[in-house]
Amino acid sequence: MSVEQMTTTGVPAEPYVTADGRQIGNVLMEMKNITLRFGGVVAISDISFDIREGEIRAIIGPNGAGKSSMLNVISGFYVPTEGEVWFRGSKRPQMKPYQVAQQGLARTFQNIALFKGMSTLDNIMTGRMTRMKTNMLQQAMWWGKAQKEEGEHREAVEKIIDFLEIQAIRKTPVGRLPYGLQKRVELGRALAAEPDILLLDEPMAGMNVEEKEDMSRFILDVNDEFGTTIALIEHDMGVVMDLSDRVVVMDYGRKIGDGTPDEVRNNQEVIDAYLGVEHD
Amino acid sequence: MSDNLIYAMEVTLNGLMAGVLYALVALGFVLIYKASGIFNFAQGVMALFAAMTLVGIEKGQVPFSHLINAVLGTEVHHFGWHLHSFLAIAFTVVVMIGLAWAVQQVIFKHLVGQEPIILFMATIGLAYFLEGVADLMWGSEIKNLDICLTSNLCMPQGINEAIDQTTYEWFGYGFFIDNLDITATIVAMVLVAALVAFSQYTKQGRAMRAVADDHQAALSVGISLNFIWVLVWSVAGFVALVAGIMWGAKSGVQFSLSLIALKALPVLMLGGFTSIPGAIVGGLIIGVGEKLFEFAIGPMVGGATENWFAYVLALLFLVFRPQGLFGEKIIERV
Repeated sequence: MSVEQMTTTGVPAEPYVTADGRQIGNVLMEMKNITLRFGGVVAISDISFDIREGEIRAIIGPNGAGKSSMLNVISGFYVPTEGEVWFRGSKRPQMKPYQVAQQGLARTFQNIALFKGMSTLDNIMTGRMTRMKTNMLQQAMWWGKAQKEEGEHREAVEKIIDFLEIQAIRKTPVGRLPYGLQKRVELGRALAAEPDILLLDEPMAGMNVEEKEDMSRFILDVNDEFGTTIALIEHDMGVVMDLSDRVVVMDYGRKIGDGTPDEVRNNQEVIDAYLGVEHD
Repeated sequence: MSDNLIYAMEVTLNGLMAGVLYALVALGFVLIYKASGIFNFAQGVMALFAAMTLVGIEKGQVPFSHLINAVLGTEVHHFGWHLHSFLAIAFTVVVMIGLAWAVQQVIFKHLVGQEPIILFMATIGLAYFLEGVADLMWGSEIKNLDICLTSNLCMPQGINEAIDQTTYEWFGYGFFIDNLDITATIVAMVLVAALVAFSQYTKQGRAMRAVADDHQAALSVGISLNFIWVLVWSVAGFVALVAGIMWGAKSGVQFSLSLIALKALPVLMLGGFTSIPGAIVGGLIIGVGEKLFEFAIGPMVGGATENWFAYVLALLFLVFRPQGLFGEKIIERV
């Protein structure tokens, strides 16, 4: 791989503190030369980038650029045709999505994948799944530890409910909630796993301005308060530029830019491919 | 009180008891259908298989003895022990879990994402395969199932006599209720309460509901679909065992037992394919309905209405309320 492709010039290579006082650490996850083909269609072509501890990393690009495919590779829903995913300094073997989740990645979906028949509380509770340690028999018999554990997890979930300001809908089946709130519940479920990396697939898609502002605030707060590393996909450029520390720009499955929002904004190729399109 | 009314009450009561048995079978269908979208035609055969295995283990029968004897020229039939009922039930549960695991690994793991009709065909294949295995394993003769649960051994003696007495004092007419029916009702209630508690308050139960709701989302929170499906088939196997015990105790363990699956179909159409309470209420309605219908209308049309009443009722439901009493209403967003 070319050196130029891997480095981001706008930020120090060593751990550093951002202007607003957040701690950015070392590389947590690294995508190395990822290629994804569906038959003859190349969805992702030889893309490399990294995600550092504590940062908000955005992947942007026009429709069909391969952003969602990339997120699906990261979360194990797609197996890359070529290339490697490195996590915490070691190569990740081929894993099922649920194993990736157990390893510490939580994600949301572009088209919301919630358990529609279950209440908000239960939905977020499923997010704790990977954190529950008691075995099946103890669970079935509701033996001592299982009961205590359930209580602890309930507490953690209540904190998240408070944090996301959704107390009023705790018992409501999520299928009945409006779109914006469903997105918030889905974020809550992902948060409940206390993930090492939180993957958000178009968290702002289809929202009105007010909902977008709310969501942006929650994303920033999550990153700030819990120090959660966040990788998100968006095609609302404005939002992304305000939120993220570093941005990967994709177009037709290729990476055409990688850097701080300012760098990306001034990158000629990015401007040509994505920003340069006049709509009015 | 008029004799007819009292008689109708007794018929209703007996209908409720029969309905419990229908509900038990329907429950197995609902569990699997909810979690995996598979309509398990083999549920009835699973009940048969479970009951036969139970009897076989309890009586110390050597599995596949005909086959073994034919191949090796030996003459083994029995291990020569007689297990305690509860021990035999425990072993049978283990066998049913093994069956669940095998069904998932050998068949349905490879059919993920296939059309419902293909999954359904697979369960038909499974039904006939399992019937054959049951025959080969335990032989085809009708067996008596008198385990502790269903005989008077464990039931307090004379509950039905007490009921007979009390009702005689109240109405001047003694109700007769079979001891077995009382046991079945109690067992069914405990079973349903346990299932509800399991699905509401445990990690695996929640995972089961999650998988039933959305596969992708379930994967994303770290749930292994394969494991949950094995679990669901195990639970369905356990429910089949309970149903098999009750039906087997009532009419003997024989191959016609697998046909009770057909009686569960109208129950499911009434209750909805995805609702556990629906399966129970549906079972009770069919049970009571067919007994009362036979009692009231039967004599006018020459009897034997129990054979068709349930299906006609189900047809009416299909016309007027296709999603069943408790089924999820299908609303397509356009």
